[in-house]
Amino acid sequence: MTFDVATIRKDFPVLHRLVNDKPLVYLDSANTSQKPQVVIDALSNFMEHGYAPINRSAYQLAAEATDAFEATRSALATFINAPKVNEVVFTKNATEALNLVIMSWGRANLTAGDAVLLTHMEHHANIVPWHMLVAERGIQLRWVPLTSDGQLELTNLDELLKDVKAFSFTSMSNVLGTINPVQRLCAAARKAGAIAIVDACQSVPHQPTDVQNWGADFVVFSSHKMCGPSGVGVLWGRESLLEAMPPFLGGGNMIADVRLDGFTTAEVPAKFEAGTPAIAEVVALRSAVQYLTQVGMNNIRQHEIEISTYVLNTLTSRFGNDITIHGPTNPELRGATFSFAFRGIHPHDLSQVLDQTNVCVRAGHHCAKPLMKILGANATVRASFYLYNTTHEADALADALDSASDIF
Amino acid sequence: MAGLEDLYREIILDHYRTPRNRGELEAPAVSAEGHNPLCGDEIRIFIDVKDGLVSDVRFNGSGCSISQSSASMMTTAVKGKPVDQVRAIVKRFKQMMTLDEDDNATIDESINLGDLEALQGVVKFPVRIKCATLGWNTLLDALAESGK
Repeated sequence: MTFDVATIRKDFPVLHRLVNDKPLVYLDSANTSQKPQVVIDALSNFMEHGYAPINRSAYQLAAEATDAFEATRSALATFINAPKVNEVVFTKNATEALNLVIMSWGRANLTAGDAVLLTHMEHHANIVPWHMLVAERGIQLRWVPLTSDGQLELTNLDELLKDVKAFSFTSMSNVLGTINPVQRLCAAARKAGAIAIVDACQSVPHQPTDVQNWGADFVVFSSHKMCGPSGVGVLWGRESLLEAMPPFLGGGNMIADVRLDGFTTAEVPAKFEAGTPAIAEVVALRSAVQYLTQVGMNNIRQHEIEISTYVLNTLTSRFGNDITIHGPTNPELRGATFSFAFRGIHPHDLSQVLDQTNVCVRAGHHCAKPLMKILGANATVRASFYLYNTTHEADALADALDSASDIF
Repeated sequence: MAGLEDLYREIILDHYRTPRNRGELEAPAVSAEGHNPLCGDEIRIFIDVKDGLVSDVRFNGSGCSISQSSASMMTTAVKGKPVDQVRAIVKRFKQMMTLDEDDNATIDESINLGDLEALQGVVKFPVRIKCATLGWNTLLDALAESGK
């Protein structure tokens, strides 16, 4: 289909809401995305007509619910080109998915002195669990540094990867917008004998994903950033790795047998899905996958390159040296997520002023404090665009920024 | 909707642009560090307590106009005051910064907050209350440090 942002916007009811009689300018999709009507309908339809437990009851309603739940797993496998449907594991969010890999694979495979490679642009979710494993196991962490325009400095990558057991990195920075060369990084990890873990939260909603083409071992992302409900994270992992890993959380659904003296685990993926999941949310996520597929991930990427070009041109032409936009200046190398500093105004104050015209942005450290330190800031303002955002909204952002100078 | 003029009063912006008592104090003065984990704001409060008086106070760190101006105004309000009175001022200020009306029952009306009243508008922007109280909570930590 051809991509028409005006048509897309009709699918998202909240975008038509007026706040204090003014339209909403939602530029916080890197944080969480808005939901199209089909997802809202899927959620409420399931709640109204189909809600039941999954995997454990014989009656028809429960069997239908189980089918609906598993249909999302299949849809996701297709969406990311996973070789096998059972390699898709549901968690409560992407953070839990990362913790699952780091704790389960890490505890089984890492001992004192083993090295893990991360990058300076990671989200706390891909840092803190590793720190926890440092304390628990005495592993050591290495870091890929950044270039001055916010890309990974890969000159010494092979050296950094020497004797490394795992390379865990983001596919796209949630602060800088930088899109990393995932395929190249996975290949380098493989060559060094390390597994590759990809935090794909920021890229899966915005561009086509092919985990086989990437050559990754584990990939995590979240439903709520890709037009789906919150409360659902996704882990994809190679079947052989998932099978060899111990369980992460213990409880119902993840067992084959439980005795007074122990237990045996269920097969993958049930082994990693202890307890009742977010049933309705997982079911509705399928509608988000279908919606994005129908719009076309290539179309979304193309739209965001156009938006990025417009945003970069508008902000730099209007504000020149008054604005510092972090990350790559080439729209082909970045997503439509822009962190910036503006006229020395503190990000909190700036976002407060932008809120006067309903321009919704994030101000803060974006759960990436080590990166903030490298950027020399405690916080930035971040405006992030998605398939439903327009160049008109980029102008609204620029207008709102201009008005902030009048106060400070 | 509360307007920005409720938040960014002139006196607040004045303290933001020209902070009072910004800097550090050498030992035997003590200090405490405060963080706002949501936004990354950091503040350090130095106090010199002599004979039951907060004889000197300084602050440094980085943060938004509300956190910085509130800390600046705080230093002018507590400098040279007896520790007991400083604690009472902190309590009174934090009451002003609360949305909990039950707390109003115990307000000590004898304490005049003066310029600090300008920060009352922050309550209309609940997300910013933590900004306004960051320096004050850190002052309490510094007082605890000085009592050790």
